[in-house]
This record gives sequence, C-alpha cells and structure tokens, in this order.
Amino acid sequence: MFLVTPDFQKHPATVAPDSPVLNISELSKSYVMGEVQVDALKSVSVKFYAGELVVLLGASGSGKSTLINIIGGLDVPSSGKLFFHGREITAATEAELTAYRRRSIGFVFQFYNLISSLTALENVQLVTEIAEHPMSAKEALLLVGLGHRLDHFPAQLSGGEQQRVAIARAIAKRPELLLCDEPTGALDFQTGKLVLDVLEKVNRELGTTTLVITHNASIAGMADRVVRLRSGEIVEDRKNLERLSPSELVW
Amino acid sequence: MKPLQRKLWRELLHLKGQMLAVAAVVACGISVFVSMSSVKYSLEASRERYYSRFRFADLFVEVKRAPEFYREMVSRIPGVASVSTRIIADVTLDVPGLDEPATARLVSIPEYRTPVLNDIFLKKGRYIEPGKPEEVIVSKPFLEANHLVPGDHISAVINGRKKELLIVGMGLSPEYIYEVQPGSFFPDKRRFGVFWMSRRALESAMNMSGAFNNMSLTLAHGASEKDVIMQLDNLFRRYGSLGAYGRSEQLSDRFIVDEIKQVGIQITFLPVVFLAVAVFLLNVVLRRLVATQRDQIAVLKAMGYSNEDVGLHYLGFALIPTAVGSVAGTLLGAWLGRGLMNIYGDFYNFAELVYYFRFEDVALSVLLSFGAAVFGALGAVRKAVQLPPAEAMRPESPAIYKPGFFDRESLRSKIPVSLRIIVRNLERRRWKAALSVLMISLAVAILVAGRFTYDSTERMVQVEFSEKHREDVTVLFNTPMPPSVAYAIASLDGVLEHEYYREESVKMGFGHRVRRQSIRGLQSSEGLQRLVDKNNRRLTLPPDGVVLTKTLADILGVRVGDRMQVDFLQGKQLHREVVVSGTIDEILGLSAYMNLGALNRLAGDGGALNAAYLRIDQAKAATLYTTFKKMPGVAGIMMLKAMKESFDELIAQSMTTSTLILTTFACVLAFAVVYNGARISLSERARELSSLRVLGMTETEVSVILLGEQALLTILAIPVGFLIGIGLSWLLAEGLSSELYRLPLVFSAYNFFFAFMVIIIVSALSGLLVRRRLVTLDLVEVLKTRE
Repeated sequence: MFLVTPDFQKHPATVAPDSPVLNISELSKSYVMGEVQVDALKSVSVKFYAGELVVLLGASGSGKSTLINIIGGLDVPSSGKLFFHGREITAATEAELTAYRRRSIGFVFQFYNLISSLTALENVQLVTEIAEHPMSAKEALLLVGLGHRLDHFPAQLSGGEQQRVAIARAIAKRPELLLCDEPTGALDFQTGKLVLDVLEKVNRELGTTTLVITHNASIAGMADRVVRLRSGEIVEDRKNLERLSPSELVW
Repeated sequence: MKPLQRKLWRELLHLKGQMLAVAAVVACGISVFVSMSSVKYSLEASRERYYSRFRFADLFVEVKRAPEFYREMVSRIPGVASVSTRIIADVTLDVPGLDEPATARLVSIPEYRTPVLNDIFLKKGRYIEPGKPEEVIVSKPFLEANHLVPGDHISAVINGRKKELLIVGMGLSPEYIYEVQPGSFFPDKRRFGVFWMSRRALESAMNMSGAFNNMSLTLAHGASEKDVIMQLDNLFRRYGSLGAYGRSEQLSDRFIVDEIKQVGIQITFLPVVFLAVAVFLLNVVLRRLVATQRDQIAVLKAMGYSNEDVGLHYLGFALIPTAVGSVAGTLLGAWLGRGLMNIYGDFYNFAELVYYFRFEDVALSVLLSFGAAVFGALGAVRKAVQLPPAEAMRPESPAIYKPGFFDRESLRSKIPVSLRIIVRNLERRRWKAALSVLMISLAVAILVAGRFTYDSTERMVQVEFSEKHREDVTVLFNTPMPPSVAYAIASLDGVLEHEYYREESVKMGFGHRVRRQSIRGLQSSEGLQRLVDKNNRRLTLPPDGVVLTKTLADILGVRVGDRMQVDFLQGKQLHREVVVSGTIDEILGLSAYMNLGALNRLAGDGGALNAAYLRIDQAKAATLYTTFKKMPGVAGIMMLKAMKESFDELIAQSMTTSTLILTTFACVLAFAVVYNGARISLSERARELSSLRVLGMTETEVSVILLGEQALLTILAIPVGFLIGIGLSWLLAEGLSSELYRLPLVFSAYNFFFAFMVIIIVSALSGLLVRRRLVTLDLVEVLKTRE
C-alpha cells in the first residue's frame, strides 16, 4: 500500500482516499513481433491514486508503453488483472472497453497522431462530440495556449503545437486518467518543457490522474511519484518529496 | 458536420483522382444497365401497346385465291377469336425521281373504316374515301425516303395496267414495324413501301371479287397455335396455301423479338464486368487507406470511438464514390437510353415509340452497385474494425520478402536493382498482381469485344454484298415463269449476265420435326449468286440433293447423308424425299439450296423461275428500268447497291455508336485500374522511393521503379485481354445469334492493334499523372513521418 499523495488531498471529492483509481495485479504480456516472441510485461503489480502525476521511467523496450496501452484498454494482457475503480477492465467486452476509453481515458502519444485532414479545433471536437460532459473544444485549446491556432491544420503547426492540440484533445472530455506516451519524445528541449508545463497545469487545475511515460529521467522531477521499469518489471517505485515545476527541469 | 464526417469529406477530396476513377467505373456500369434495361422495357412495352391497339394478328395464312366464305368457316374453328381476310399484291411503281422501279405491297383495307386486324395507324392525312379506287394510304418510311406527301400522285402497274394512285394518308402498321421487301433482310425504304388500298378497288384490279389471298386471325386465350395451324393447313392446302404461320415466323416481329433479346444480353454482360472492376478498385483503394491510417484508427479507438463508428467511417469511402457514380450513371443512362431509342426509332416503325425510364431499373442497378461497393470495401473495413488499437499504433511490420525466381544466383547479377525491386514487389503479392492484370485485361477484352461486333458486321457486308452476290439487280416475278422467260430477258439491251432461280415453298420434315421453308434452286454456285459461308469460304453446289444452312440442319436435326421429307406446297404438291448433300454456315437467315435441275425434277414439273439475277450495263440501266416498270410479270426489283447503302446507313450508324460507347467505357476502365494501381504503389512506397532519391537516384530512375511495375502489369495484361476478348466475343456472337443471323467470329489485326494502342496510351497518361506526384514528393516530409 502506498502513501496517499499530498496532491490528492487537494481533490478529496474524486474518490475515497485509500481506494486506488487503478489497481494492477500480476499483469503479464507477451506478443510475437515478426518471428520473435517478446515478453513485454512480466507479472507487474502496481496501484495508482486519484490526482497523482506519475512518471513511468524506462528505456525503450522496458514495457512501459505496453503497460500504458493495457491501462488505456488499447491492448489486452496475456495474464493478470486490471481494476479501474474496482471494475475489472481486463474482463471487459469490446463495447465496454470502448465506453471506458470514451468516458475515462485521455491519450497523448509521442507522434501526436492528429488527424491530418482535420483542423486543430476539429481534432478536439472529435472527442467533444462523443464525450459525456466535455469542456468546449475551444476551451481545451485555450487551456493549452492555442487559442490563436484553432483553424490550423496539423501540417501548419509546429511539433510542440501539435502535441498541445493532442493534449487538448485528450483532456477535453475531462478524463479521469490522462495517459501520455513519450509526450516530449519527438520535441526539442524548449518545446518539450512547454508541453510538460501544460500537462502539469492540467493535472494541477483539473486534478486529472496523469501517467507520463518517458525514457528521460530528468522529467521525473516534476512527478509526485516515479515508477521505473526495466525489461518488463518494476524495479523502483518512489515518491518525490517535492514536485518541481517543468521550467525547473534540466536535461 | 461532425469531425469524422469532415475527415471523410476532406480525405475523399484529397483522394479525388482515385475516387473519381471508382465513381466513373460505377457510372459506366450503371449507365449501361439503366439504359439497356430501359430500352429493353421500352421496346417490349411499345411493341405490346402497338400490337394490342392495332390488333396485330396471331396467325397468318397466304393462299393463291380462296372464296370469301372461308372466313366464316375459319371463325368457327375452336380457338379462333377473330378473322380478317385481305388481298395482298406486290406491284411495280414508277416513283418520280427514281430510275428503277420500286415495289409496292398493296394491302386491302375496308372501304369504310372499321376495326380490322393489323390495322393502320394514320400518322398524317386521312382514310380513303368510298368510291374512290385511286386513293391509297402509304407507309411512312417510303413516303419520307421519297419525299412524298399526302396529295401527291404516284403511278403503279397493277395486273399489267398502269394506274395513277393518289396518296391521301401516311400510315404505319404493326405488321411492318420492320419494313422490308419479301426475300430481303435489310430495308430499302426508297424502293419498297406498303400501300393500303380499298378492298373493292383491289378486288376489281386483281380479279379477286368474292375472294381473298391473305387471312390473318387472332387466337382466343389459351388456344393451341399448333392445332389451329394444322386445321388451317388442311383447309387451305388446295387453295395454294404456303402453310399458316404464327408471329414467330412473321419477319417484322421476329426482328423485334431478336432485337429485344439482344439488348437483354447486353444488360447482363457489361455491367457485370464494370461491377467486378468496381469491387476490385474499392478493395485495393480501401485496403491501402486503412493501412496508411493505422495510427489514426488507433487514435480514434483510443478516444473511445466504437468499432461501428470506425467501420462506418471507412465504409463511407466506398459508399460516397458509389453514390456519385450512381447519380452520374443514372443520368448518363437516361441520356444514352434516349439516344438508343432514337436509333431504334429510325430502324423500327412504331406508331409511338415510348421511352420508359423506370425507377425499378435505377433502383436495382444502384442496389447492385452498393452491394458491390460494400462487398469490395468489406475486407478493408473489417481490417480497420478488427485492428486492436495498441497493434494499430505500432508501425506495420515490414513486409516479408522472400527470394524469388529472379533471385537465383545465375540471374541475379544480370538483372538491375530497379528491375529486381519491381519483380520482388510483384512476386511478393502474386494474387494482387494477378488481379491487377485481370482487371486491366478486362478493359482490353471490352475493347476487343466492342470492336469485334464492328469487324463481324464488316465481314457480313463483305460476304453478303460482295462475295455472295455479284449481280446488280434481282428482278422478282410476281408469278412463277416458264424457263423460256430467260430468252425474253436475255434479249433486253443492256443485260450483260443473267441467271435465274426458282423458289419453292415446302414443308421439310425429318423424324417428328417439321419446318416451313423455301428451297432455292440455283443454276450454279459459281455464277452471280455463290454459296459463301460466314468464314468467307466458298462451297460448290452438288448436282443432287439439298444443301441446308447449318442452323436449319440443326433445327431439323438432320446430318449430311440423311434423307429428308419434302412436301411441295404449290404446283403438284408432291410428297418427296431428298438427300441432304451438304451444310453451309451462312450469316443470314435459314436457307436450302438445290441445283435448279434437281429441284425441277423433284417438283415433278417442267420447271419454273421466280426471279432473275442480272448484271447490267450501267449506261443502259435507265432504259432497262423503264422496260421493267412496264413489264407485266415483274413484281419489283432489288438492288444490291441500294440495300448495301441502307444497311450502311442504318446498321453502321448504330454500330459506330455502340463501338464508341464501348471504347469510351473501356478507356475509363483501363484508366481507373492503371491509375489506381500506380497511385497505391506510390503511397505504399513513398518512403522507399524518397529514400532512394535521398541516396542519389534521379527522378527518372525512381519513376522507372514505380511505373515499371504498372508497365509490366499492363504488358502482361494485353495478351491476356486479347484472349478474354476473344472468349467474350465468342459468347457475344453465340448470344446475339438467332435464326435471322449469326455473327461470324472475325478479328481484324486492326482490332488488336487498336486495343493495344488504347491501353498503352491510357496507361502512359495515368503513369504521367502519377509521375507528377512522385516528382513533387516532399522528401524530408515523407521520411520524417512515421509510416
């Protein structure tokens, strides 16, 4: 059992303090890539609590992306269980998974994955269309500082701007869980910090439980908690005593 | 509009070239289906309406002369609903402005207008007035071709006496929707016309008072045509009946029924090809789209879009071009159908040719197209739906290549890298390559088949108008003449060559099969009329026995060497047997040929002649024609040249139109397949090709790799297309063949050359379009993006 994070106490209304948002137990995943079998996750158990900003650290191939994909309901584990607010996600049907992703999860990817044929605003509307109590698409873009780029197509935006559109798209539905897979992986230092600023702001202002995957250890400083993976196993799970603001990070 | 819809529209717009190609293919298929179905229905309905409104008869009997009271007797035969009797006679006409005599078929009508069978549709002018024997109503094609109008006079030689006739009306009859001179296959509007004349006038002119020589009747519902025919034949045998016959042997109806059947064949074959290609195109285009949008599919699913949302979204890429194609195809089909009906209107003389554009046809074709679209898209859509989101986010694992045939040690060093890339690509996806070849070859095949009907018709013209007949005119006698008539004709100034034939109506029988047929007795098969089969091979007429056209032999079930029954219907009405001494596969009609002497012996009389073939001195033609116009025994003359002209005018025009349509559609097909193929391979290999460019290959070298693949497929497709085209033509020839004519299976070198050139040009054009895209590829952008 982990300690309740100070951040969580700022938002006591979300859930009972001691029950985790995510409870992962003995999760394993292996898949075949070409002609090679890869054990991406080996019996991983971990819990995440409401409002936490967690950095999942690990080199490429450590299994962090697989873990986040399973958490997001994009992938199914080979064995083990995953509970979201006590509901077993690993036992959900395809339709339930779709609903889970639609209601509760926001994704940010390394390569932004914006729909190139839609403008920034429309990319966000893609989510606000189908969410239950979304903020307006414009509001989400204002939150990430892109109020002036609403009608630009992805090709007309810089990498950092594209990633901020992706974040706006992820948070517009007010998800409980924001999953970010190497959000700064494709960005330079300055732009990357800008994106992390936005993530920190969202976590702080909206209280969204946020998991950030990175191979960049310097980012760990901005987290409430750091979980380190290596070869599909959790090798470290520590709490930062003090959360740094992204602008203080150096790498 | 929802964002997903916006994505759909924008990306459709982005893929407009490929999508338009799909839409064009769908449009071609639908337009053919819609136009042909509507034409078929319109012809059927127009025929039905015409027949019932103007009481077209079910059965016809021609006799020499029978007393009028037989009408009463016939009407009492069980199954007979109504009976009309008429006097019909073929006479020569002196048409102003026409040197040669024309033929009028005089058909009697009641002096006071009463409803009769085979009634007249009075298009212009008025009905004849009682007590005015000179008044006639004349068929529309003849009047129009000779620029005559009601009010004009025309003189005819009726029963040896010259008569001045007054045209009072322009008419049409269901009996002559296809108006040709008896014994001819093609209309000659200037030289043959139907003249409706008062019964009383004809009775007195032909010495037929109280008698008739033509009877038509309708049958009661459910009556047996066969039984009634048998009774009629028994009744009228002694009056020189040539045997009663039903609509199926009525030439005009036969032509229309065959025409409708042929239109029906075209409804099936072309749209099927187009739909198959549409299915193929949608399949490849959508598979590629889903492959390039793997990450987007993943992201949509990650956001919570359901499988149905995603599936429907991608299905939209198939349905929208199909919808566009359906609308365009329907409009095009309506237009084409109207145009075709106009051509039919020139060819067939309907009282009213109504063009029915039916919702059912449109609905059915659109439904079929959408079915095809869904079928084509299904594979790709299913892939998009089944793609697990996490899987989708990983880049597609590199395609697996294996060493193929050209990677053998012995060959490897000799083949340049670019060619190796091309060949490996094709080898890796053999099925896709084979399908692409098949689709391009279908375009080639349509070109070949379209051109085939043209070549086939050319052959028909060549055989029928040059090889088979060398005469300038055929002089038809109105009654059988004694052989001595030859002296009279030979003595005419201007006759260079003369030859005669006898035409005897008989009933041929073999086993239980019986057929009304005429036997033509020819003096020789080496003179003015020759025996030439559809493959342009000549046949010598044996001194004995009968030569049957292959179709007739098949109908009777006889083979060479069989002895067949022959019942002469006129003269001594002998019952004889004759050996089938040969068969000939002719293009037109059903025929039986005998040596004239042998036929005379078989008929057991001193011989008779029905017509003369003449080659004449053109300088003396005018004088000769004047003589013929006055000659009492002459019913009319047929001119080969005029028939060829009218054939060229009528058939060639519709032939050219349909060849043009087929060629255009085949080009659309070829373009759609080749262009899409190249676009897809550009999209699949943009990274690879950009890498090669970055490595220092020139634009041309890279183009060779990209377009070389398409070029290779096209080259492979051409011979395959030739073969399919030949097969398709064979099917078409079989389907379109009837008792009236058989299409000879001929392919000119030009046909293949034309198809070859069209495909090469279309492929080069689509290659150029794709190359333009290749050259403008943003190398850095392509390499930067994750595939």
